[in-house]
Amino acid sequence: MAKSAIKLKINGAEVEALVEPRTLLVHFLREQQMLTGTHIGCETSHCGVCTVDLNGMSVKSCTIFAIQADGADVITIEGMANADGTLHALQEGFRQMHGLQCGFCTPGMILRAHRLLKENPNPTEAEIRMGIAGNLCRCTGYQNIVKAIQHAAAKLGGREYLEAAE
Amino acid sequence: MNDQTPPTREMREAKLEGMGCKRKRVEDVRFTQGKGNYVDDMKLPGMLFGDLVRSPYGHARVKSIDTSKAMKVPGVLAVLTAKELAGVNLAWMPTLAGDVQMVLADGKVLFQGQEVAFVVATDRYAAADGVEAVEVEYEELPVCVDPFKSMLPNAPELREDLKGKMTGAHGPRKHHNHIFEWTVGDKTATDTAFNTAEVSIKELISYQRVHPSPLETCQCLASFDKVRGELTVYGTFQAPHVIRTVASLISTIPEHKIHVIAPDIGGGFGNKVGAYPGYICAIVASIVTGKPVKWVEDRMENLSSTSFARDYHMTCEIAATKAGKITGLRVHVLADHGAFDACADPSKWPAGFFNIVTGSYDIPTAHISVDGVYTNKAPGGVAYRCSFRVTEAAYCIERGMDILAQKLGMDPAELRLKNFIKREQFPYHSALGWEYDSGDYHTAMNKAMDAIGYKQLRAEQLAKREAFKRGETRDLMGIGVCFFTEIVGAGPSKNCDILGLAMFDSCEIRIHPTGSGIVRVGSKSQGQGHETTWAQIVATEIGIPADNLTVEEGNTDTAPYGLGTYGSRSTPVAGAAIAMAARKIKAKAQMIAAHMLEVHEGDLEWDIDGFRVKGLPEKSKSMKELVWAAYNKPPPGMEPGMEAVSYYDPPNMTYPFGAYFCVMDIDVDTGEYKVRKFYALDDCGTRINPMIIEGQVHGGLTEAFAIAMGQELKYDDRGNLHGGSFMDFFLPTAVETPHWTTDHTVTPSPHHPIGAKGVGESPNVGGVPAFSNAVNDAFNFMGGTHIQMPHDHWRNWEAAHSRGMHG
Ligand code: FES
Ligand code: FES
Repeated sequence: MAKSAIKLKINGAEVEALVEPRTLLVHFLREQQMLTGTHIGCETSHCGVCTVDLNGMSVKSCTIFAIQADGADVITIEGMANADGTLHALQEGFRQMHGLQCGFCTPGMILRAHRLLKENPNPTEAEIRMGIAGNLCRCTGYQNIVKAIQHAAAKLGGREYLEAAE
Repeated sequence: MNDQTPPTREMREAKLEGMGCKRKRVEDVRFTQGKGNYVDDMKLPGMLFGDLVRSPYGHARVKSIDTSKAMKVPGVLAVLTAKELAGVNLAWMPTLAGDVQMVLADGKVLFQGQEVAFVVATDRYAAADGVEAVEVEYEELPVCVDPFKSMLPNAPELREDLKGKMTGAHGPRKHHNHIFEWTVGDKTATDTAFNTAEVSIKELISYQRVHPSPLETCQCLASFDKVRGELTVYGTFQAPHVIRTVASLISTIPEHKIHVIAPDIGGGFGNKVGAYPGYICAIVASIVTGKPVKWVEDRMENLSSTSFARDYHMTCEIAATKAGKITGLRVHVLADHGAFDACADPSKWPAGFFNIVTGSYDIPTAHISVDGVYTNKAPGGVAYRCSFRVTEAAYCIERGMDILAQKLGMDPAELRLKNFIKREQFPYHSALGWEYDSGDYHTAMNKAMDAIGYKQLRAEQLAKREAFKRGETRDLMGIGVCFFTEIVGAGPSKNCDILGLAMFDSCEIRIHPTGSGIVRVGSKSQGQGHETTWAQIVATEIGIPADNLTVEEGNTDTAPYGLGTYGSRSTPVAGAAIAMAARKIKAKAQMIAAHMLEVHEGDLEWDIDGFRVKGLPEKSKSMKELVWAAYNKPPPGMEPGMEAVSYYDPPNMTYPFGAYFCVMDIDVDTGEYKVRKFYALDDCGTRINPMIIEGQVHGGLTEAFAIAMGQELKYDDRGNLHGGSFMDFFLPTAVETPHWTTDHTVTPSPHHPIGAKGVGESPNVGGVPAFSNAVNDAFNFMGGTHIQMPHDHWRNWEAAHSRGMHG
């Protein structure tokens, strides 16, 4: 199948590539760019494990073609750590609050939470739950994911994280 | 800290990060950075992709398969059908349950989604194109999806391969669609108990067909090296060693030339125990093409072909006195296994450990019988986050208890308290043959009832019901009570094996000269955090900090043989092996210490991270020093090195238990519900890492919530699966999922080296009845005895409607 040239920014680096028009963004990232942190769980835009940040929006990369990302600015989990190599507040929050188990949903969750906190730096529990409703997790029951995001929100906002009482 | 200050005992203890501490997970460092290594992340040079052609019909004759057009699709290199597989004797494969299963359709298809042909191509898109181009001609046959109709005289014969064979792997077959009958207990005594009962109940309690649905589907990457004659298979395997043995048995490749490797696994929940046609096809395709072949299931394939769970239809009868003392239990189960019996139970247990159905109660006599049947549905019957058929059993008895309480006009919690096995009765021999190792049910139940404010809740409910009758509210309040006992940790070699392999588990520990080491275990984490917790056990046992220990699982070349991770067996069996291996290390260290300190071994005592002379605490040797000595200058006559292996054959199962309460409000007019509170008290014995235990409980409760309140793989009369995508199959999001409150008591297992019992599956086992009982409890004052799961809004509305609650 004829291939088209695309040019985009992935995690801050300029990338040029040839893709089939039907290649999904998630396959392009995983198989051509070897950025395998973005996962596939359903390919029908239900589970959210393929979530990346594209031009400042959370996007399910299984539901968009790579060619649609031409000219875009994409962030994947591989681009989340701080410049000095330390973990991003969200990555740290997930670890501290036990917000992951098998880790399969985690990259998508973190990318989604990243955009959520950009839009709403100090969300309530209900806002977090609604904000991540496009991302499924089969392992954690979400409670600790909510705490992980609150933990990160506190850190990013320069506040001390206080765990809500039962 | 000044280097000269000796660390305090607390500091030494804390540095170990041993058992009981909330150690942060080692795995998270890679997972949070997208550096996990799951099967589909792997790429080998020259790798090809396989994709499956699947049956659109529930039951049909395959008249012809034409692959010629597919072979012309750019990128397609090969198409396998049953014909090609028959050439290598692999058109059929054995199941773990003693049945056989078609790898690719051999003459007919028996369920929608069944594997028909395997297309091999240069990439996944070309493989999908090839699948579209394979032409299969079918002739539809009459379909049977209802287990209650499968044994009618005129039911279509599904398994023609079994024609005339009236004996199966588990004894006689009564009908051409019958698989087995399994009975346990004293029938005569039980019948007598019912004939003389003051009160009895009888109810058909169905546990619908559901699916484990880990977010990562089943997948593998097979690579056959023709020159060496060696096969490497990376795959989503909860039991990699079993897969290696099975692969060797069916392929005739010697077992030492097969390398099975399970890398990181994105959730399992029982879905990844068995061997599936896709794996076999990928292996054969790699042998045929000489290239590595990857096979990755998509979500619809996952839901429609690999491993459903439950589909148990249980007729539960309980006999009791008027005062509420249970005198007998009788259960018949109709078990729908689909087209092939592909359960992953221990081989001698065709209905798993369903005979734990007497639950937490002292029931003097009981009898159960289970009939397994074939239908035109996907094969399986896996243990979805439960020990084998234990969640079905717990649901049966816990619904039954509520129904009995209703009939007696007794409070369901009070009925349970009245019938519990008492603390002094342990070890307790149940009427259906188990020896419960330990328990303290009354303490747990009373603690839970106090914590939730049970009495006040009942008072509130009573007031609400009155208000409802007066027309002042349209909300119903339900209080779900569940007290479950699990049986996990399969299991003792005297009664548990898989294909003849005793269900032990194993650990090998190597401590390096400088005092750090590697711990290799036969289990396989799929999110349970073994890399974190296994090191904690070793740290406590031998005084080497958990951070200095690498835990490795999943590589069959390096890990000792183990039976894998499912049925909450890792902590009870592998966890015990780890402690035993560590104790061998410690024993050797003690001998070295005695030599170095010039005392008798018996004069030494263990002190956190080393040995000291009794009464002379300043004379001591740390583990680090002892390990160095083992390599540097072992005592005369002692072999150098610091290694140990343990294969642990558990003397008994373990019996975790718990008290769960659910408070739910239901809107009569819409059927919508709100879980106001869910309280889960678990007793899993010794707690290795409370943070991980709590996480397991949260996750298991969420799965239980999904099952009780919405999940169902439903088939229509023509065998079409409804619910084969995440559009239709309910997986709760963060919005629907309730808030969980967890609590615990600790009753250590008396026979386990560290007293641990396993916890990962308790919340699923106990959660489902708690939710279902809450719904039933909300409605039962208006009549009726049992509402079938799943309790989605529609069914709740219907329950209200049929009780005349809509005016
Ligand atoms: S894989 Fe994209 S939403 Fe599930
Ligand atoms: S951690 Fe396993 S799916 Fe979320």
